[in-house]
Amino acid sequence: MSSTTATHVAPGTGSPGTVREHHEHHELGFIRKYVFSTDHKVIGLQFMFTGLVFLVLGGLLAMAIRWQLAWPWTEMPVIGSILFPHTGRVITPEFYTMLFTMHGTVMIFFVIIPLLTGAFGNFLIPLMIGAPDMAFPKVNMIGYWLMAPAIVFLMLGFFSPGGGPAAGWTAYPPLSTIKSAAPGSISGQTYWLLALTFVGASSMAGAVNYVTTIVKMRAPGMTMMRMPLTIWALLIAALLQLFALPVLTAAGILQLLDRTLLTGFFTPTNLIVNQINPESLDAFAGGAAAGGQPLLWQHLFWFYSHPAVYIMVVPAMGMASDIISTHARKPIFGYKPMVYSMAAIAGLGFIVWGHHMFMSGMNPALGMTFMVSTIMIALPSAIKVFNWLGTVYGSRIQLTAAMLNALGFVAMFIIGGLSGIWMASTPVDIYIHDTYIIVAHFHYVVFGGSVFAIFAAIYHWFPKMFGRIMNETLGKIHFVGSFIFTNGVFYMMHQLGMAGLMRRTADPYDYETYAHLQPLNEFISICAFCLFAWQIFFVVNFFHSMFWGKRVGRNPWKACSLEWDAPSPPGHGNFDRRLAVHRGPYEYASPEVDEDFLPQSRTV
Amino acid sequence: MMRLIVTALFTALLVLGVWTFFDSTTFLLGPERAGYRWWWPTDVSTYGGGIDLLFVVIGVMILVFFVLTYVVLIGAVFGASRKSEEKAAFTHGNHKLELLWTAVPAVLLLIIAFSQMQTWAAIKFRGAIAGEEIRAEAIAEQFDWRFRYPGTDGVFGTVDDIHSATDFVVPVDDKFVFHLRSNDVLHSFFVPKLRLKQDAVPGMTIPMWLEVDPDRFAREAQAIELADGSEGRELVVDLICAELCGWGHYKMAGRVRMLSKNAFEAWMAEQEALRFDNGEPE
Repeated sequence: MSSTTATHVAPGTGSPGTVREHHEHHELGFIRKYVFSTDHKVIGLQFMFTGLVFLVLGGLLAMAIRWQLAWPWTEMPVIGSILFPHTGRVITPEFYTMLFTMHGTVMIFFVIIPLLTGAFGNFLIPLMIGAPDMAFPKVNMIGYWLMAPAIVFLMLGFFSPGGGPAAGWTAYPPLSTIKSAAPGSISGQTYWLLALTFVGASSMAGAVNYVTTIVKMRAPGMTMMRMPLTIWALLIAALLQLFALPVLTAAGILQLLDRTLLTGFFTPTNLIVNQINPESLDAFAGGAAAGGQPLLWQHLFWFYSHPAVYIMVVPAMGMASDIISTHARKPIFGYKPMVYSMAAIAGLGFIVWGHHMFMSGMNPALGMTFMVSTIMIALPSAIKVFNWLGTVYGSRIQLTAAMLNALGFVAMFIIGGLSGIWMASTPVDIYIHDTYIIVAHFHYVVFGGSVFAIFAAIYHWFPKMFGRIMNETLGKIHFVGSFIFTNGVFYMMHQLGMAGLMRRTADPYDYETYAHLQPLNEFISICAFCLFAWQIFFVVNFFHSMFWGKRVGRNPWKACSLEWDAPSPPGHGNFDRRLAVHRGPYEYASPEVDEDFLPQSRTV
Repeated sequence: MMRLIVTALFTALLVLGVWTFFDSTTFLLGPERAGYRWWWPTDVSTYGGGIDLLFVVIGVMILVFFVLTYVVLIGAVFGASRKSEEKAAFTHGNHKLELLWTAVPAVLLLIIAFSQMQTWAAIKFRGAIAGEEIRAEAIAEQFDWRFRYPGTDGVFGTVDDIHSATDFVVPVDDKFVFHLRSNDVLHSFFVPKLRLKQDAVPGMTIPMWLEVDPDRFAREAQAIELADGSEGRELVVDLICAELCGWGHYKMAGRVRMLSKNAFEAWMAEQEALRFDNGEPE
């Protein structure tokens, strides 16, 4: 700790931007300080470590998927004998369905969302707006600890009778609601629904906090239009969660009732009626199957889960913007268009959910309206890309590990964003729906995009978190390998998709259409194993730097936003001096001063 | 050093993108590419051309923006270290540029959006098959496809129904309307060669149609000998379940047997005769 002027205050009590005078100094015990902490920085780090641990788990699940796709029904080396002793070390088809279900669930609900909003939302919001802590520190603490029951239920799912949930992360009924439909639907699905409910409650506690804190606790002079784009992004993501999450939670509970109390919200009764076509015998018209509507679940699920896609990328966009501007030593290009386009993405994000359902049996006329709104969402995304390019153009790029990952984010977001236009097109979707083109698309956005932005953010804000800087050489090695292997894995999936290969198949090669795709899948799997192994450079760098990294001062990147005014790491209450904001967050290369940066808090 | 590595990485990705784009869209250039199966399987339907064309048109737009953005990105990285001593340009944006790069993509996207509606409506709207006779039913069930034809009386659920397991037999050059149903969970009826996909939903009866193009069919079909000694033609392609339906999803395979008109009629007659077949050799 470079500077620890004691500023212990009950967080959230003082007015923002001021120094809390030293009124009650009491040391917190270990439990209150590191376990049940109400300090937003500790909670942020808790979310970060949890998310990173689950990133490893989700990655391992992906590796098992890749093993099966490259060499179906072959003995899995090393861990095969532990996992599958009864089948001769071979993955079973039902285990495969569980693998991709859990891979999706873990990565979305336990890695990307907790890392972006939980870890960086918590850590950065008060620091970047000049507040001593969150508005509701106890709610914040509860928010993190709601992850605990979620994790317990998630793990119980793996070991429940019939095995883990296996209806896909989308949990479409009736596969997910009828016990005889899949082994994972015997009991695993119930645990899955409970886990999701708690994750949702956790996100909700966070979202309430973020919105309140950003609206009410900004430092003097920090107008909305002087907020860093990271803060705008987190505010928009929090609003998305506030409006969309209740729908998923309610839908999850309805599915839970379908499963446990045998209600019929999503599960049709009378499913098999002697092959009678309702339209050929009037007496049975419309009566062959009654009750629940499988499509209703899809509507409710995607009403949350499409905005959730933006929850998973908008904060990444915001952080990448800050990192790019800082390391390019140039003001962000088009700050206001950046803000408006993020808001537009979020707004449009609420009226595009139907594009997941073009082939679902939803009225095709409705599909047409969803097609138009979905295509138009490419526009704000394009505006953002152009502004990032405007920022790096004519800049003085410092190719630090953080910047490399942020540039990698832009490069891969371009690919993921552009291929989305194909998906938005309803006629094209007839062919590519549920194929590997879709898998390639969303991995480019969520892995190439969000995960690289998370790496960038860790490299960038690590000095603020631990007072030490990560090793640049290891960081660069990590980036180069990750970038090559990520593209090796996901670019080639476009080609699989064009050949028509559909998702979620344990062994596609029995089809004549797909038999020739096995070598390509083998290549992808080898790249995937390399990608996973390559992360060792990050892990070593992370832990080594945490304890033995080079110590740095408050502002190692010469950045302009407020968090760099606080000590590294900041003490309880964050700031040790009075703060006032005089300008926007991106005054790099300003002619007003000799240095090439002019912090928000400095008076000229 | 790092500057060159990153420039090389981004350039490699640019080259890969351009190369795969051209390689993957040349399937449209003609039948000589038909055997080249890394990309879309060649289409044999009458309506699939619209889908393929749209894929390529959007693809060209994507390609232009991809190349444009990558060139700027690569240029910015490559030019990174040259002026390491001076400050970067101090600019917060450019209103005219913003207007330009909002308006141009907006117009392009709107054109793309509105120009494809006809293709979609022609394939999926029920108006496209209003009043048409329902010629068959496709019934999905874990993990099988079954098909039923109404037989000579044209009514489903009567004693002369024709049943077919796994094989969906359809005639060429004939708008063939059928119903899609599911007995248990969600499935999806996917025939890549016919550019056909539709989820099967329990509780819903979803009308679909297909039409095999006679010329495209002729290029790929095989000759078969019919019962009366004449020659018919046949093309068999995969029918795939494209919606997760349980542990056996991966092997829920069916086949679509496209038959020339005479072969289809011969098959129908054969199936109808089976009704009175006592199983003894003649």
